[in-house]
Amino acid sequence: MGFKSEPMITMDPVEDKSNLFTPEIRSQIDKWIAKYPEGWKQSAVMAALAIMQDENGGWLTREIMDDVAAYLDMPPIAVYEVATFYSMYELEPVGKHKVCVCTNISCMINGSDKIVDHLEGKLGVKLGQTTKDNKFTLKEVECLGACGGAPMMQIGKEYYENLAPEKVDEILDGLE
Amino acid sequence: MANEVCFRNMDLDQPWTLEQYKSRGGYEVLTKILTEKITQDEVIEQVKESGLRGRGGAGFPAGLKWSFINRNSETNRYVVCNSDEGEPGTFKDRDILRYNPHQLIEGMIICGYAIDAAAGYNYIRGEFWEPYERFEAALEEARAAGFLGDNILGSGFNYDVHSHLGAGAYICGEESALLESIEGKKGQPRYKPPFPAHYGLYGGPTVINNTETLSSVPMVLKNGAEWFKDLGVENSAGTKLFAVSGAVKNPGVFEVPMGIPFAELLELAGGMQDGKKLKAVIPGGCSAPVIPADEMMQLNMDYDSIAKAGSMLGSGAVVVIDDSVCMVKLLERMSYFYHEESCGQCTPCREGTGWLYRVVSRIERGEGRPEDLDLLSSVGGNIAGRTICALGDAAVMPVNGMLKHFRDEFQYHIDNKKCLVDS
Repeated sequence: MGFKSEPMITMDPVEDKSNLFTPEIRSQIDKWIAKYPEGWKQSAVMAALAIMQDENGGWLTREIMDDVAAYLDMPPIAVYEVATFYSMYELEPVGKHKVCVCTNISCMINGSDKIVDHLEGKLGVKLGQTTKDNKFTLKEVECLGACGGAPMMQIGKEYYENLAPEKVDEILDGLE
Repeated sequence: MANEVCFRNMDLDQPWTLEQYKSRGGYEVLTKILTEKITQDEVIEQVKESGLRGRGGAGFPAGLKWSFINRNSETNRYVVCNSDEGEPGTFKDRDILRYNPHQLIEGMIICGYAIDAAAGYNYIRGEFWEPYERFEAALEEARAAGFLGDNILGSGFNYDVHSHLGAGAYICGEESALLESIEGKKGQPRYKPPFPAHYGLYGGPTVINNTETLSSVPMVLKNGAEWFKDLGVENSAGTKLFAVSGAVKNPGVFEVPMGIPFAELLELAGGMQDGKKLKAVIPGGCSAPVIPADEMMQLNMDYDSIAKAGSMLGSGAVVVIDDSVCMVKLLERMSYFYHEESCGQCTPCREGTGWLYRVVSRIERGEGRPEDLDLLSSVGGNIAGRTICALGDAAVMPVNGMLKHFRDEFQYHIDNKKCLVDS
């Protein structure tokens, strides 16, 4: 059998990890590490990246990825692979609020085109762009699994369903 | 006969709490198994006998999957729950996690006992924050009550369940990609064999089942295999969560017996939105070939009936399409999805999904060429069956379904540079 399931362990471990992250962040990451078997710290890489992305205003710098690698004894390249593979990680700065609008089939049938038009008009940006005041980034996403509430969008951790232009206004105007 | 299995507590005001779950007999089956020392083989036999099939899309018999596990393996064994719900049109597992997380946990513990697993992991898609928090809270309650941890209910069985959050990748719904993802890697599917039952998470024998499948287990064992079988029809046992969306008045998740006529399911969802006429239905999530209205209205919702009509029951995601929808535009959106979500590992899928998208897209823009429909079939033929996982096939099936049933609409776009449908 050719395939073997093994962690990618760095050749160049950082012994003193006390300079990596704050104690609070370390304890958050440690909680994730504790879920996985001995020797599989790297299973916590997705959670560590998500925690640090939140901490850093919504995006990941090269330095953060390197620190995550050092903390989990992974080669940096293995962390970059993960950070570039999954769509929720941002590798460029984003606005304070990331507005993720679904345009997949159930939303499309229920008028997501109109929601996108409205969002673009209201925010003055196109999909994939950030407003000049860095308050909003508008992002098109694939099905978020809330098709019963189509059309829908996600902002931060919240889902907003059964959207109409007026409702979108209300939601966006309510965000600081 | 609705809401018998996964949604049986939906009438309670806080069904996600341990207290309310227990008020309906929650964790009694687990307690019975552990205290009366019902053997692992008996548990597996019951699940096998019940005819419970995988609810994530493939429909593989769950008990059979469990029986493949070698309980004497040198490495640890694992249970993995696939809550990476991402097949467009599917939104049922989200409701299990939000409203009935304890039943899933009980199912995961029973499965863990049956294969003598070291731990269970529930892979929840990263966007599902509310469901994740509900599930986490339920885990805490279950641990505090002694249903998880060391020496569960004095049985000597040690087992815990953890959640793992995804970060946005449809491909992680593919079981071996999901395992890679838990291992902290890119979610790229593994070659099979070896199958996860032999060599899965961390190299150990692994059962990986969908959320709805594992959540069904406690009821299968509580009421018996015969009871479960009798809920459904031949070869499609039990009830099913159908997530109905699209052009219906009251979209939602409905737990109904397998084999229910589609026409009845459409009624449950409130019928068509005002002024709209049924044009077609995608019966099992985006990857399932479309079925035209007339044919669909005669069909029953079970594995065999939908397969006979050339499509598949898949995840039970029913997308209802009305006559104002342009099929070219709809297919363009679906093809974009597969192109976007292809993991890039296999050339036929990585390049082929781009071809499918670009060709459908130019037809939609009025730039289609006379040879394009044959080109789509040819590209599809060069993807299907030539990749490590089923994403390539899934990208081709909707194209083939559309060309089979709505070829005229595509031809009209090419010939007239415009849409047949006023929308």
